[in-house]
Amino acid sequence: MSRFLSLAPALLVLVGVLALALPALGQTRGLGRPALPEEIKAWDIDLRPDGHGVPPGQGSVKEGEAIFLKQCAACHGEFGEGAGRWPVVAGRESLVNENPEKTVGSYWPHVTTVFDYVRRTMPFGNAQSLTDGEVYALTAFLLHMNDLVKEDFVLASDTIAAVALPNAGGFYDDDRETTEKHFWGTEPCMKNCKAEVTILNRARALDVTPDDKGAPKVE
Amino acid sequence: MESDRSHRASRRRFLGGVGAAVALLGSGRRAGAATPDPAITELPDWTRYLGEGVASRPYGRPSEFEAHVVRRNVAWLTASPESSVNFTPLHDLDGTITPNGLCFERHHSGVAEVDPAKHRLMVHGLVERPRVFTVADLKRFPGRANRVYFMECAANSGMEWRGAQLNGCQFTHGMVHNVMYTGVPLKAVLEACGLGPNASWLLAEGADAAAMTRSVPLAKALDDCLLAWAMNGEALRPEQGYPLRLVVPGWEGNMWIKWLRRIEVGDRPWHHREETAKYTDLMADGRARRFTFIMDAKSVVTNPSPQAPLVHKGTNLLSGLAWSGRGRVKRVDVTLDGGRNWRHARLDGPVLPLSLTRFYFPFNWNGRELLIQSRVIDETGYVQPTKQALRQVRGTSSIYHNNGIQTWHVHAGGETENVEIS
Ligand code: HEC
Repeated sequence: MSRFLSLAPALLVLVGVLALALPALGQTRGLGRPALPEEIKAWDIDLRPDGHGVPPGQGSVKEGEAIFLKQCAACHGEFGEGAGRWPVVAGRESLVNENPEKTVGSYWPHVTTVFDYVRRTMPFGNAQSLTDGEVYALTAFLLHMNDLVKEDFVLASDTIAAVALPNAGGFYDDDRETTEKHFWGTEPCMKNCKAEVTILNRARALDVTPDDKGAPKVE
Repeated sequence: MESDRSHRASRRRFLGGVGAAVALLGSGRRAGAATPDPAITELPDWTRYLGEGVASRPYGRPSEFEAHVVRRNVAWLTASPESSVNFTPLHDLDGTITPNGLCFERHHSGVAEVDPAKHRLMVHGLVERPRVFTVADLKRFPGRANRVYFMECAANSGMEWRGAQLNGCQFTHGMVHNVMYTGVPLKAVLEACGLGPNASWLLAEGADAAAMTRSVPLAKALDDCLLAWAMNGEALRPEQGYPLRLVVPGWEGNMWIKWLRRIEVGDRPWHHREETAKYTDLMADGRARRFTFIMDAKSVVTNPSPQAPLVHKGTNLLSGLAWSGRGRVKRVDVTLDGGRNWRHARLDGPVLPLSLTRFYFPFNWNGRELLIQSRVIDETGYVQPTKQALRQVRGTSSIYHNNGIQTWHVHAGGETENVEIS
């Protein structure tokens, strides 16, 4: 007991020195400030395929068409075919084609992703200006343009996570370390590795390199 | 006096321009000149007259003779410059550090001009204490770190999947840069908020008009991710995410969220647009790889290259860059004869993990055609594959992650072009 008492001041001093030199977690906890529920609500706009973040509301193909023609078609085309070089948003082309067109209909795996994307960044140049109802309607119309739903379809918070897109099963996790295992561990040839070399193709045959005179147009 | 000076300056500019053009044509001054060199026998203005005073360039800029060293874009690639990309002029750079103003840009909704006084980082979701930080708060964390990392867009070399397309390493390989970041480990900030028991992924979100989002596995966040506010010693450039960017070392550039404003901790990935519709790698069978985060080992000869042709016969120094998203560069091999014979290149400068590494290879050019390639081997034993070997596994529709060996064809006149060989 008496030994403890006599040690105590020394320990306190030691702890004090350490705290000055090495702020522990207790001190980084004091950095920043608590996020208020209203603040989290204002910024937490993300959706996930499992239904996380899906906001209340609904919208029909018909309503979506009217908004799309006014706010989206100038870039994406009346039928989602893409005006000029702007992105195509409709089409069900096969993914094994040369230059396949990746759209909501042909490639995107989840409807929640369409909602999330349109809500956070479209229309291009006026992001986060749409109401949730408008985004439901636009998402419904995008599905319709991709021949995935009929024209009387209504998309709603309680159905969005259940709508399946054709390419939902088209993805698998990075497998390079197995399917490309042969890129590892082989000592490459250094001398007389091949008999002859032929040029297979050159950029000049397809010279799309920009220069200061202006780039060639590829539409 | 004032107009005199500006006259001299513009004459200097003019002469400099002509000189540069002549050098490019390959008729640069040779050893053993018959007439004395006016660069020696005549007194230049800069030796006679006073130069500008210290106040003339409060923020320094490159010599006027370096005006061609700029980022360039390919206008027809995209519909608008706000959703587009430009390229680092790799052929005009040396060493391993990319100057801030030359780091390539890729934006999805233009450059956000963020007022740091109004910028916040919110951390919420599966944390015990959801919190809001200012950049000033982050600068008070004790574990501040300085790290050099390469950052490569997954679509770098993406135009080349179907064959040689663009004449210049700036365009074929210029979606990469390498700077020293200053920031705080993301781990420290997450720990300050207290991770919940099921936390396994996080969503990072930008404050730009794309509100760019990517899902990042928590293990990576706790391993080496940084919240960075500085690059190469100064504040981030607006186009690189000022005032705060997520640094995800060795992983594809799209994940390095710029103008970072929010981190939500969750128990699974979000499958957002940039990790489903984009940045997934479509294979020949119509299925696609997702979450291909790591950038495979890659190298490119930057000199000579189409924008930097050979101009001197005799002794030349080949130069290039190599990197790997899995660690350090162990070795770089170079061939001048289209892959018949290879030699080891010399690595010079720091060989840091997950960083651009410079290599050199001296050679003698007798004016014959060359087929130049480089091949990197990283510390995990990964050998950079040929483009054919890559296509055998991945087909030609992948767009992303093209790390195949690049070939430059040097013609007898020194002119250099992008080709593919057997
Ligand atoms: C000024 C032109 C413009 C307008 C108007 C516009 N968009 Fe877009 N949209 C774009 C651009 C550019 C992109 C690609 C942005 C990027 O780089 O990520 C895009 C992308 C998209 C995508 C994703 C395409 C894909 O497959 O990746 C969807 C879906 C979309 N827009 C829907 C809409 C909707 C709905 C509206 C109307 C509310 C709209 N857009 C208005 C230009 C526009």
